[in-house]
Amino acid sequence: MAELDIVKEENLVYKKTKLLTKKQLSYCPGCGHGVVHRMVMEVVDELGIQSETIGIAPVGCSVLAYEFMDIDMQQAAHGRAPALATAIKRLMPEKYVFTYQGDGDLAAIGTAETIHSCNRGENFLIIFINNGIYGMTGGQMAPTTLPGMKTSTSPYGRDVKLMGNPLKITEIVAQLPGTYYVTRQSVHTPANVRKTKKAILKSFEYQKQQKGTCLVEIVSNCNSGWKMTPLQSNKWLEENMLPFYPLGDLKVPKE
Amino acid sequence: MKELRLMKGNEAIAEAAIRAGADGYFGYPITPQSEVIEYLMAQKPHERTGMVVLQAESEVAAINMVYGGACCGKKVMTSSSSPGISLKQEGISYIAGAELPCLVVNVVRGGPGLGTIQPAQSDYFQSTKGGGHGDYRLLVLAPASVQEMFDFVKIGFDLAFKYRNPTMILSDGAIGQMMEKVELSEQIPRRTNEEVVKTCPWATTGKTPNRERNIITSLDLDSANQEKRVLRLRDKYKKMQEDEVRFEKIKCDDAEYLLVAYGSSARICQKTIEIARKKGIKVGLLRPITLFPFPSKQINEMAKQVKGILSVEMSLGQMVEDVKLAVCGKVKVEHFGRCGGIIPAPEEILEALQKQIIGG
Repeated sequence: MAELDIVKEENLVYKKTKLLTKKQLSYCPGCGHGVVHRMVMEVVDELGIQSETIGIAPVGCSVLAYEFMDIDMQQAAHGRAPALATAIKRLMPEKYVFTYQGDGDLAAIGTAETIHSCNRGENFLIIFINNGIYGMTGGQMAPTTLPGMKTSTSPYGRDVKLMGNPLKITEIVAQLPGTYYVTRQSVHTPANVRKTKKAILKSFEYQKQQKGTCLVEIVSNCNSGWKMTPLQSNKWLEENMLPFYPLGDLKVPKE
Repeated sequence: MKELRLMKGNEAIAEAAIRAGADGYFGYPITPQSEVIEYLMAQKPHERTGMVVLQAESEVAAINMVYGGACCGKKVMTSSSSPGISLKQEGISYIAGAELPCLVVNVVRGGPGLGTIQPAQSDYFQSTKGGGHGDYRLLVLAPASVQEMFDFVKIGFDLAFKYRNPTMILSDGAIGQMMEKVELSEQIPRRTNEEVVKTCPWATTGKTPNRERNIITSLDLDSANQEKRVLRLRDKYKKMQEDEVRFEKIKCDDAEYLLVAYGSSARICQKTIEIARKKGIKVGLLRPITLFPFPSKQINEMAKQVKGILSVEMSLGQMVEDVKLAVCGKVKVEHFGRCGGIIPAPEEILEALQKQIIGG
């Protein structure tokens, strides 16, 4: 049987998500962004909240997220997405609001906006893609870059004495009284993808209860920045990123 | 009967915002304008009209909250003073680039840097020439009384929505802090969500099945598209220059000399005119009310009539450059100003006029 014969409508387990536009993703092949984009749109579709959802993508690799997600979206300045989300949610509390931010955005330039919106307990979801590097800018060091990890601005590996320590921002945010649900997931295996989707789904459901900020960190890869093939990068992620950024819930709602 | 109240300039801004039907105020305290947010918090506008008032963690966050709210077609504003406005410039550039309406109030204090908390007019360049990065302009209104602080809030919002462009009220510490009688206008109801969707079809209010998704961005990676965007903005600013110039002329009919001044300086210049006219010197005042668009044509007209023009500003000389451009070398144009938070005395201005224009 030829391979093409298998690719039939009735044999497909996954179909193209309705709420992803026809535009071809601009992310590097093998990058986790595409998977996360798909999951966010799947969740919005499954909950039937397309007309009530507003997304915010700031600068970085995800700056063009609005090209791919078929919902109303705003593009924020570097790091400021939580400030925009705060206003949207306060002015239209009935809407579902999420930000989609990378590590440089959320944990460097936007630290204040992240911490204060979480501390105020703003009722929106922060999706935090952590790949330990500045992807779009060309692979520079991020606050989340691992000790010893090589980037274009830490070419001999991150020396914590010179360059400071990686920032576990999700752990910090989980301590704040304003957060309701904080979790760390990944998308490097199909099983992890399913867990991440569940976390995103839960966060959207929690948003309806207006109990505080939800933050889903997704440890992801950056093949181009890490200078690896997609398979190598997923292996490297498991061996190096996950020991430092362990997966699992950091804060779960008290039932 | 009309409702009269004795109010501080900053309080007038805040009360006007509620009565203009504003949906949200996002700010951060800084002298000499903290009364704006203090008054709003005390008034519980959420109970009065449903207006959202939030003290942000920084000026940067505040202007980006304004950005987020403006994307949704809401009537949103912020206020600050000079160093705070500098921090807001990134956001203002994004809002202008994304073509969104909002109101920004700058109650100016002396700079540069931390400067002083006393009044100044040294943010003229920053307000009228861009301030943030890129080719953009704000609509800039310059009130000279507490009444105008009140009135310009509604006008500012109206202009912002008419052009989908940020409007700035450029005031200063003197007008923000002084108390005067204010005639209050009626409460305008806030627009309902349905009205927002209808009047702002571009807004990110949630994609409904009957329309394409709305995207608010100032990004155009394609240079040809980016140029188109900038040219569209230029056309908008040209239209403002044609249709929105506001100014006031005082004792200009028989004037042989002209003072050009806005805001606090314009009020002091009125006293200067009184003193000068008692001495037989025929002086008039042209007060720009909009600093962008600038009343260049009107100043150019006056240049045909007078022997010289003195630009009076509480700065080292910023507006004088626009006056000179307007006059185009027809008559002598000089600048007089005090800075560092010092307000010039009427006699000082007259002395400068006599020395720099009449005698010079």
